[in-house]
Amino acid sequence: MVVKKQERESLIHERYLRHHKKFPHVWCAGCGIGIVMGAIVRAVDAVGLSNDEVAMISGIGCSGRMPVYVDFNTMHTTHGRALAFATGLKMVRPEMKVIVVMGDGDALAIGGNHFIHAARRNIGLTAIIINNNVYGMTGGQYSPTTPTHAYATTAPYGNIEQPFPICQLAQAAGAAFVARSTVYHARELSRFIAQAIQKEGFSVVEAVSYCHTTYGRINKLGSAVEMMRHLKDKGVTQKTFEALAEEERADKIVRGVFVDRDIPEYTRLYDEIIARAQQTVANGRTA
Amino acid sequence: MTGKLMQGDEACAEGAIAAGCRFFAGYPITPATDIAEVLARRLPQVGGKFIQMEDEIASMAAVIGASVGGAKAMTATSGPGFSLMQENIGYAAMAEIPCVVVDVQRAGPSTGLPTKPSQGDVMQSRWGTHGDHPIIVLSPSSVRETFDFTVRAFNMAEKYRTPVILLMDEMIGHMREKVELPSPEAIEVVERVSTSVPPEWYKAYENTPSDVPPMISFGQGYRYHITGLFHDERGFPTQRLDEIDPWIARVFRKIERNLRDILIYEADEIEDAEIVVIAYGATARSARHAVKQARARGYRVGFLRLGTLWPFPEEVVERAAERIHRVIVPEMNLGQLALEVERVVGRRKVMRVGKANGEMVTPQEVLDAIVRGVSAWL
Amino acid sequence: MSERYEVRLAGKGGQGMILAGIILAEAAILDGKNAAQTQSYGPEARGGASRSEVVISDGEIDYPKVTQADILLCMSQEACDRYFHDLKQHGLLIADAVHVERMPTSRAVVVPLTQWAEEATGRRITASVVALGFLAGLTGLVSRQAMEAAVRAHVPPGTEEINLRALAVGFEQAEQFIRSQSK
Repeated sequence: MVVKKQERESLIHERYLRHHKKFPHVWCAGCGIGIVMGAIVRAVDAVGLSNDEVAMISGIGCSGRMPVYVDFNTMHTTHGRALAFATGLKMVRPEMKVIVVMGDGDALAIGGNHFIHAARRNIGLTAIIINNNVYGMTGGQYSPTTPTHAYATTAPYGNIEQPFPICQLAQAAGAAFVARSTVYHARELSRFIAQAIQKEGFSVVEAVSYCHTTYGRINKLGSAVEMMRHLKDKGVTQKTFEALAEEERADKIVRGVFVDRDIPEYTRLYDEIIARAQQTVANGRTA
Repeated sequence: MTGKLMQGDEACAEGAIAAGCRFFAGYPITPATDIAEVLARRLPQVGGKFIQMEDEIASMAAVIGASVGGAKAMTATSGPGFSLMQENIGYAAMAEIPCVVVDVQRAGPSTGLPTKPSQGDVMQSRWGTHGDHPIIVLSPSSVRETFDFTVRAFNMAEKYRTPVILLMDEMIGHMREKVELPSPEAIEVVERVSTSVPPEWYKAYENTPSDVPPMISFGQGYRYHITGLFHDERGFPTQRLDEIDPWIARVFRKIERNLRDILIYEADEIEDAEIVVIAYGATARSARHAVKQARARGYRVGFLRLGTLWPFPEEVVERAAERIHRVIVPEMNLGQLALEVERVVGRRKVMRVGKANGEMVTPQEVLDAIVRGVSAWL
Repeated sequence: MSERYEVRLAGKGGQGMILAGIILAEAAILDGKNAAQTQSYGPEARGGASRSEVVISDGEIDYPKVTQADILLCMSQEACDRYFHDLKQHGLLIADAVHVERMPTSRAVVVPLTQWAEEATGRRITASVVALGFLAGLTGLVSRQAMEAAVRAHVPPGTEEINLRALAVGFEQAEQFIRSQSK
């Protein structure tokens, strides 16, 4: 059994990564992004999609580099705009599975407007937000998910802003599917991503990660291993979380599927618009 | 009766449909909103798609995404929105994505005069996005020409894999005049270059003999990478000079070697003129009116109307001004295209007739300049 | 008629000045002429100054705006004060007596367009169409047949009948006006 499983894993890597061309990657040793990438390709494999029907779109930042490494239709766009590019692609290629990979600064600061509006439209994109609480590629500036009081190169006296709760934001804005896991809980993360890909409508998966190179160092949180251990210790299921006393909840990372609802998907609704418009023409009216 | 009353913005929308445009993303803004309104109604009728995005940044991004998906795609805006689009216009230039951006110019800077015309975005259309890049900019002078130039803009965008900017102005966009549209079979429609090489051979940014590499849509079995970073022939990021330099050379070359196709202009009685008026867009209407009046009074006035503003038709302007002492450049700005004319023919020859207050340059103002210009050297 | 005939329709936003310009231009085209219609308006959908300009010609129209108007229709005092100065020497000024009190010239044709509209259709908004009928009847700039077709083509669906009634009132009043002048 064990051998068989290894064979399957090696097949996944052969099938989905541009392994012979584009490695080694740009990410720091110990970074969680690679785990998210692995979770995505395992999810694509589990769902049974061919490489050709998948597009991966990214913005700018460490996460922005992911499309280079995966053997899909890939596009590395401008900072914060990945969802808007993906919206155009999905509109004209509704049969494609469009996965949008973003960081927390990318998706929620410069791209915050696009994020809430993609959710509001409920367009069939899968948004994966790798949340490491910091701008990593530019060297450790505070982001929209940096905890209050934490330090960053641009918050040398501590952060006075509140972090965005990504999942609640997605839910309120109208997403059809919202889930959160961590890079420690890689199998669960992959499962959530598979669910998200299969969901018709706008789906969001927050992949909680870390940046030991910038955020970890500035806030004295230790090595990648220690930061990973933090995710292991603090990442709890919704059920566990609900059983906790109020004072125990504060530092927990709640994992789970928070939203899974059936609402009409945008490109399907637009097909109805086309039918209505063409009916109008057929009836000899100009609308 | 032949011909019907049509608005410039409407002609733009109909030109887009005729050119094969099947995707529009935009954000409401005066005086370009009419284009979006017509396309919201018309595109689904022909199986196309319309979306109103959350802002102009997103609109430009969605247009590029749709083009990558294989649709001929367009957006339309005015100055403030055009400013927001610059970021992703640069992306389209870098990634060589065909698309059409319509800017119906209004007086600015900033919110300016939303309902008044301007030609203040001439330089922005050339240099608005950062970094060196080629761009094609067309500027129509009538409602009919708006239709024609929209078709041409799509054709050039697809043929040369480049963003093309249609630089209209509020006067042309909102005005209605008698128009006879060409029959569909009389309209040339160009499709982007494709290929039948097997996917493993395909290079999205190959240095082909034509300088325009074939472009395959996403989802067709040719999985490749698109990025706003400098990239190699396969589209992957690079910092190698032996990959960057050929790319830069190629994207400029693909425009420069096709100037005969790209440059649209109209020269009228240049040969024996003693003075030449160079104009474009709505101002060309005032200029032609003035030129006719001046000729009626016996002045020998040449008229050069530019349809293509960028790449700037250097040789055309140079030839027109060769034996002439005065060149008049009327425009609804304080001398943007005049800067280019000055660069080509010399500063001393050029008389600027500029206005940036939301009013049109009047025929009288151009006529006065002609009279002044002639008497200045006689 | 001179080769180039320039009409300026000026009033306030909401009075239908721009639509009136479109109808007039359309009618000219239906008569086989060339026409260009432009407009100038402010940010307000209702209120602020609004004007529409129509240039009609048998030939090509280069400059699409008014240089010196042959006809100026004023539906507000402000329009009258502002645009009278670039009316041609022997140009025609038509002013709505309901909205314009101070006339810049004794040669103005001052008639109660809005009152006629209210009496004929019960709607003040149709004053612009009454004005078009009056203007066309007085000058013969465009044919009545073309005007009627243009009104039908451009007024909001469902308002064709009342607008045609308004147009007819304009033409009738023009006839009466001409008769009263020739006496």
